[in-house]
Amino acid sequence: MKLDPKVPTGPIEKSWDKARFELKLVNPANKRKFKVLVVGTGLAGSAAAASLAELGYEVEAFCVQDSARRAHSIAAQGGINAAKNYPNDGDSVWRLFYDTVKGGDFRAREANVYRLAQVSNSIIDQCAAQGVPFAREYGGTLSNRSFGGAQVSRTFYARGQTGQQLLLGAYSALMRQVGAGAVKLFPRREMLDLVVVDGAARGIVCRNLTTGATETYSGDAVLLCTGGYGNVFYLSTNANSCNVTATWRAHKRGAAFANPCFTQIHPTCIPVAGAHQSKLTLMSESLRNDGRIWVPKKKGDERGPADIPEEERDYYLERKYPAFGNLVPRDIASRAAKQVIDEGRGAKGALSVYLDFQAAIKRVGEDKVREKYGNLFDMYHHITDENPYKVPMRIYPAVHYTMGGLWVDYNLMTTIPGLFCLGEANFSDHGANRLGASALMQGLADGYFVLPYTIGGYFAGAKLAKVGTDHAAFKAVAAEVASNTAQLLAVRGKATPQELHRKLGRVMWDKVGMGRNARGLKEALAEIPALREEFWKTVAVSGSEESFNQTLERAGRVADFLEFGELLAKDALTREESCGGHFREEHQTEDGEAKRDDRNFSHVAAWEYAGEGKEPVRHAEPLTFDNVHIAQRNYA
Amino acid sequence: MDNHDGGKGMNLTLKVWRQKDSRDRGGLVAYKVENISADISFLEMLDILNEQLVAKGEDAISFDHDCREGICGMCALMIDGQAHGKDKDATTCQLHMRRYKDGDVIVIEPFRAKAFPVVKDLVVDRSAFDRIQQAGGFVSVNTGNAGDANNILVPHDKAEKAMDAASCIGCGACVAACPNASAMLFVAAKVSQYALLPQGQPERERRVLAMRAAMDAEGFGHCTNEYECEAACPKGIKVSNIARLNREFVRAMVVSE
Repeated sequence: MKLDPKVPTGPIEKSWDKARFELKLVNPANKRKFKVLVVGTGLAGSAAAASLAELGYEVEAFCVQDSARRAHSIAAQGGINAAKNYPNDGDSVWRLFYDTVKGGDFRAREANVYRLAQVSNSIIDQCAAQGVPFAREYGGTLSNRSFGGAQVSRTFYARGQTGQQLLLGAYSALMRQVGAGAVKLFPRREMLDLVVVDGAARGIVCRNLTTGATETYSGDAVLLCTGGYGNVFYLSTNANSCNVTATWRAHKRGAAFANPCFTQIHPTCIPVAGAHQSKLTLMSESLRNDGRIWVPKKKGDERGPADIPEEERDYYLERKYPAFGNLVPRDIASRAAKQVIDEGRGAKGALSVYLDFQAAIKRVGEDKVREKYGNLFDMYHHITDENPYKVPMRIYPAVHYTMGGLWVDYNLMTTIPGLFCLGEANFSDHGANRLGASALMQGLADGYFVLPYTIGGYFAGAKLAKVGTDHAAFKAVAAEVASNTAQLLAVRGKATPQELHRKLGRVMWDKVGMGRNARGLKEALAEIPALREEFWKTVAVSGSEESFNQTLERAGRVADFLEFGELLAKDALTREESCGGHFREEHQTEDGEAKRDDRNFSHVAAWEYAGEGKEPVRHAEPLTFDNVHIAQRNYA
Repeated sequence: MDNHDGGKGMNLTLKVWRQKDSRDRGGLVAYKVENISADISFLEMLDILNEQLVAKGEDAISFDHDCREGICGMCALMIDGQAHGKDKDATTCQLHMRRYKDGDVIVIEPFRAKAFPVVKDLVVDRSAFDRIQQAGGFVSVNTGNAGDANNILVPHDKAEKAMDAASCIGCGACVAACPNASAMLFVAAKVSQYALLPQGQPERERRVLAMRAAMDAEGFGHCTNEYECEAACPKGIKVSNIARLNREFVRAMVVSE
């Protein structure tokens, strides 16, 4: 396997212009001869499907939900970054680029990040034109707020529902194309495999989740916009259906998987309440604009928050990082919370710290706080039965986002020609840690403004034979998929897929979670394959293949997580350094901060699948930093 | 079964709608669940029942759910005759068991409407909503067409009102709660969002006429001002949007040729 990142040469400010000029074009009349299969209809998928259809390509779009509007992008709360500099506070494309590379702890490709910052402004323009109801000032201009890892206010938002509004914008663009007959939509379909013909991605095999039928679809390119793999930890802020299946099965067909150990633990989530919890709920980072995080100064303090006087509280982020205060990046805030709780200074009663709004309520009044964060406060109230206007929220870190994903070149193409990967599903822009409000930016950048250009370059240069679903390769892959499904149903054990998923999650969280060390990782690498064996001996899948069967859906996803989790742990063990969200306890500074090893690990780790039971092959794509001065991150 | 707070949990009887597929007649089946903690969510209570069914080799109860935080609009249960259950301004996934007591009998059915055929058990087909959107729920602006965002000024209050309407999650509770199974609140929310914003003006008349026609074609009923939709809406969308929809509709009839 050869990794060619295809990064344009020359000054970084010109690289995207240069690349776009050098990409060959497909003339308007020829575009309709190419069919693109788009898997996933979140921000990246909907934006790409709509934009490609507008250009004249034939598009088919697939999603597991009952409607394209429900992808998990919808749950993103706080906002979307752009370098507009509307607040006149010194922002620029260069500063957004710089903050993102630094925030990612110098483990992202510079040219990709620069392009992301460049197109960020067009995203805001496009979304505003679509009628996305962004927050506005009284004069009618757009409002901004601050997010972690930045000292400027560059985040655009629609209350605490920014992801929802941006996704509904992209969905509306997609629906317009469906109505015009330019996109064919296939909801309640789960992609279960990729079909490769003559070395190029030419189609997919899906399960029709309503009828249970195995269906095949052919095209000239396949776009995976299938989100992240946070649910490998069982509990995460992801929606229940988020899974690794599409990218994992593409990996097994030849797509390299990059930096799987780069996972993000978000500092502010509602803590775990009990054994039957099915998911964790995020409390947006935007709350850290007005909320102050603290714990008691004293160990084992049994008093309730109201009984602890001001001078006995430790606002530890403000104390340790005065320049950024409560708005340090997520990896840093999460680790700091873990430290104080490990010291025995957590909030009363639960594994958590306080996020307190009393100062803000006193300063601007309850109504103003409600206008900014009302829906988040309501969500908190529903879940915990506590009123955050009166008592501080209790929060704890939780798995939230995955920076790793399929390896892609500058054109977003994987190591399989014709297979592209967009949004959270790829690895490209966030390095080892993503800054808040940058996921929406990246998903839409990939979908609206990058892929629609780069796919043309692929089509214009490729010689693609006519391939339909009657090709032997489709029959062969469909047969493999059907046999895999039959195996799941044939075990007839007693352990539910959830139960086995919970077991995997416990191993992943305890040994491959916030703090990782060689001993724990090696244990995980022994326990995961054992659990996989247990799965294939004991899993219980009731119901039939030829019907709507959510137990079967879940079982297939858990089976893939059980394979993927091992690769994640292996990647974490091999990367003998700490960077961003990847914290190896052996590699830390005296203050407990992440200690990078730039000499040996300034690279992307891209794993190649070597076959069942064989050791995967680790390839390295070196990272060079010609524009951003590489240094230990300092937010104090 | 463990109950994390150590206390004794609730014992409940569930009467759940089971229907094999769209052709099956279906009916209510009673199940007992025991030792349910007050702090788990309603859907987690169903998860517990389903895990017990699956371990016994029985088919699990199918129900739609995904984000489990009240925003994706996927979950949709009729609980004791109320869409999304008894909590105001909440989706099914936000309902917690602390709202029930030991010995309760709970009836769980799918959202019912002619335009939402049952797929299986508690799962219905809401693709009619997508088709209404396709008819006109958009601003026709291709990627790359937009000018600078601040060239379109939107007064703060208009933006807030548009956001109130735009917060619709497309769950269909308004339809399920309406005695006529009308989709007026859903359509009104989308029409209002765009009618309130300058971006929506060029297609203002065409949009309302097309979406209204699509709604009727899908077999939704008419609005007779019952206000059940507003009471059931998990996002608190107001019936004043329906008044705006009606105004927009009449205006479009007059203005367009």
